[in-house]
Amino acid sequence: MNLLGEPELTEEGEFVINMGPQHPSTHGVLHLKVWLDGEMIKKVQPHLGYIHRSIEKMSESLSYRNFIYVTSRMDYLSAHINNQACALAVEKGLQIEAPPRAQVIRVIMAELTRLASHQLWWGCTGLDLGAVSPFFFAFREREAVLEIMEESCGARLTMNYMVPGGVMMDIHPNFQKRVKDVINQIKSKFQEYDNLLTGNVIFEGRTKGVGYLSAEDAVSYGVSGPTARASGVSCDVRKWFPYDGYDKVDFKEVLGTGGDCYARYMARIEEMKQSVYIIEQLIDNIPEGDFQAKTKMVLKLPKGEFYQRVETARGELGVYIVSDGAASPYRIKYRSPNFSNLSALEHMAKGGKIGDLVAIMATIDLVIPDVDR
Amino acid sequence: MTKEELKEAISVLVPSVTYDETGEFLNVIVDASDFRHFMKQMILDKAYDFDYMFCLTCIDWKTHLMMVYHLLSKNHKHTLVVKVKINDVNAPAIETVCDLWKTAIFHEREVYDLFGVNFHNHPDMRRLLLDENWEGYPLRKNYVDENMIEI
Repeated sequence: MNLLGEPELTEEGEFVINMGPQHPSTHGVLHLKVWLDGEMIKKVQPHLGYIHRSIEKMSESLSYRNFIYVTSRMDYLSAHINNQACALAVEKGLQIEAPPRAQVIRVIMAELTRLASHQLWWGCTGLDLGAVSPFFFAFREREAVLEIMEESCGARLTMNYMVPGGVMMDIHPNFQKRVKDVINQIKSKFQEYDNLLTGNVIFEGRTKGVGYLSAEDAVSYGVSGPTARASGVSCDVRKWFPYDGYDKVDFKEVLGTGGDCYARYMARIEEMKQSVYIIEQLIDNIPEGDFQAKTKMVLKLPKGEFYQRVETARGELGVYIVSDGAASPYRIKYRSPNFSNLSALEHMAKGGKIGDLVAIMATIDLVIPDVDR
Repeated sequence: MTKEELKEAISVLVPSVTYDETGEFLNVIVDASDFRHFMKQMILDKAYDFDYMFCLTCIDWKTHLMMVYHLLSKNHKHTLVVKVKINDVNAPAIETVCDLWKTAIFHEREVYDLFGVNFHNHPDMRRLLLDENWEGYPLRKNYVDENMIEI
């Protein structure tokens, strides 16, 4: 084996299969070429780009107000947090800060997005591993969260609610009451989640000890989010580089030790509880005042480079803006969490069984538009 | 280490580097000839210990290309941005760092795909997102495509 961990391939006894691009467990159009010796995985080669839209190139001809909306189409399950990253990056360039009311609304919305995203993941993980019912249970709560989004932002998936300087419009009068209802509902269902999946013997058998990723490898591969935290790597951007007042709320960074699929599963379940806890602290304390800072009609960033990172539901999203002083960015790079997380897939899957590949993909929680951009 | 301490230490290590402190992070501009040696020091020397590469990209400045590496140390919690200028825009090439940071395997393939920068000693230098027989490198400023519309 060489330094990159590539095995020597033999001519005999191995066969190559293509998983995807239309495979139900890849959650989108991911194409994996898998080299197999019997059931044992020898090599995995991801083939990407089936939905590559070159969002980075597109953004170079859009204004600083418009490029934000394209990012909702990257990680569509964390659309809100993607928008937040871009809004914060532009704010960093303009040297303005969103008013306190906007910051609190942003944090509540971001945590609701994280809850909705993790619930979809929880349902799909069950589905991938052969348990159909979690999917329906998860969508029951997710639906309630999306209805709140719809009421305040006007959309369910691509919210486009964050703008440079704050949020686009004030929250709906029902907002606080409905959020409280939803978090009470979710809190009462955590036990149900555990009964359905967490303690299930088949589920534990499929995930415990499967797809091991060590802490060193997680850092080296640039893995972030719950996937890395399950390996014991502290990488929560909300703690490391707080933004939008995350330093003022109390929450715990969930750290696992196992590094296997089960640890990643538990990390996300715990993270949902932390999100609920964050929302509980803020929902009664939304400050009065403006929901948007005053900005010019045409935004122009000064010459320079601005890097902003946020914690999406999948990990660290970095927005790197290079400005030459014009009304649209000279270059934008999105450091997307899924792209780096996917690069560690081969390392996790190698030496395991083909069936485990599905469990690994489910617990990395891949969203393919975010990989392809 | 703070920005100033990092700057002092790096100045002793590689005297030929230049700095740019306008941004949020300390930017170090390294010569292509020193680059590989410099990056090795940055990850292997425990005083720096930049184990986490959180961004790797390239910028097309028309006259030259600029490789940008964002590094973070999980232990020391300091950040460094390393930049390398590539003067040859027709056949750009640079040494790989994917044996030091495994995340670079994918990121360098992406840069090869979209900018055409060739990474020496990369084990798998193929296009990542686009088709194998795609012509041109889309993120270069001089890229033209018949389907592109001027706004």
